[in-house]
Amino acid sequence: MTQPPLFHLQGVHFAYDGDHKVLTGADFVLRTGEKVALCGANGAGKTTLFHLMVGLVIPQAGSVQAFGAPCRREVDFHPVRARTGLLFQDSDDQLFCPTVIEDVAFGPLNQGHSRAQARAQAVEALALVGLSGFDDRVTHKLSGGQKRLVALATILAMKPQVLLLDEPTNGLDRDARARLMRILDGLPQTLMVISHDDDALAALTTRRVTLENGLLSG
Amino acid sequence: MSTISLAPRAALKTPPRAALEMPLRVKPILSRLDPRSRVVACLAFAAVVVVCHSLPAAAAALLPAAVLALLAGLQAGPTLRRLLALEGFMILTLFTLPFTMGGPVLFSAGGLDWGLEGTLRAALILTKGTAIALSVMALLGTLELAELGHALARLRLPARFVALFVLAARYVDVLHTEYGRLRLAMRARGFRPRASLHCWCALGHLVGMLVVGSLERAERVHAAMRLRGFDGRLHLLDEHRPGRLDWGFAAVLTVTFVLLAVLDFA
Repeated sequence: MTQPPLFHLQGVHFAYDGDHKVLTGADFVLRTGEKVALCGANGAGKTTLFHLMVGLVIPQAGSVQAFGAPCRREVDFHPVRARTGLLFQDSDDQLFCPTVIEDVAFGPLNQGHSRAQARAQAVEALALVGLSGFDDRVTHKLSGGQKRLVALATILAMKPQVLLLDEPTNGLDRDARARLMRILDGLPQTLMVISHDDDALAALTTRRVTLENGLLSG
Repeated sequence: MSTISLAPRAALKTPPRAALEMPLRVKPILSRLDPRSRVVACLAFAAVVVVCHSLPAAAAALLPAAVLALLAGLQAGPTLRRLLALEGFMILTLFTLPFTMGGPVLFSAGGLDWGLEGTLRAALILTKGTAIALSVMALLGTLELAELGHALARLRLPARFVALFVLAARYVDVLHTEYGRLRLAMRARGFRPRASLHCWCALGHLVGMLVVGSLERAERVHAAMRLRGFDGRLHLLDEHRPGRLDWGFAAVLTVTFVLLAVLDFA
């Protein structure tokens, strides 16, 4: 028996404010273990596609299936979000707690883990991104590269199966980029990456999907 | 040669010192208290001082306030400046009271009578205000804003209020950086503040940009929080318990309050 795809989007239509059409009948399948690059021009709707997959926006037509279950409303997406980690373009959007450890433990605490368990998962995630000992650092005083890594730790702490990375290397210097790439390369999760950094895409992904005129191809 | 020098981003990043924050040199005894104790103590002290109605009691309250300031390790200079700012704010009221309260006249000048009643009342207000301000600076002013937020959460304040407080404390810096960036970009294109319509318009756009930008950022932050399972409740990671120091502090404060009350009724 074949496993159902992790994500299955069929004929998805989406427009902001009614007339600004972003997706016009997009189809997309993401299977376990795939490493997918999502390409397209600025404003093509790549970020919107990520947001549709985790239910931050709901399509006007078409269907979204995640982990084998149809998702139509906000509540349908709650279990999806626990298993899908979305890394935002701007880490300042993602890190809102005063200290690093609080931010990384925020997700596990919301998942209902005990404080001790949440702290353990947070410490583990920080170790995974090479930031052990950063627990009590103040998030907004970190460098851009460190913020990106902490943001990655916040989603890894929730132990997701799928990672959606929105411009992960954007705005990082060479060292920070290299460090992030090493970490991402070692992650076992199914991966989907939006990036204009062709070298990063070549290193991280094995399949390329292009979003153009509201449709996905490739 | 470039004529426009852009300050490095780091220069913009000096965090705006929150009104409540104060620099500290050594780790003072008050910082070892549970933040909750400090919030409750501050409220209790303010309440007791506010209900005092005699000048001796209010003046006596200055003593525990000064002791708190010492225990908190407040520096004299900044503390006095802050107190002066507060007193400057009250000065209008204080100067009109002696003329309006009646009672025995102390002296007259230019047809105005300086009354005893008003003088005493002004002194009472000034003393109470100083005592309370000093205790707030000592007890709350030395707390990190995040600690204060957590203390409020543990004191069972509405989660929404606490979330607003913690998020505001976190994003004030981001907002300030954004403001700095936009101002820099304006200056780089030759903008100089003047009293002209063009200038007011430009500043209006700047503020508008900040508001729109903040609103959009707020939406993104909320989205990121929802993705991590946020449902309106903030779970706190650290567990503080009031220790012996806290109970001792509470006992000393209670005795002080009783003494103040006795003095007030005497």
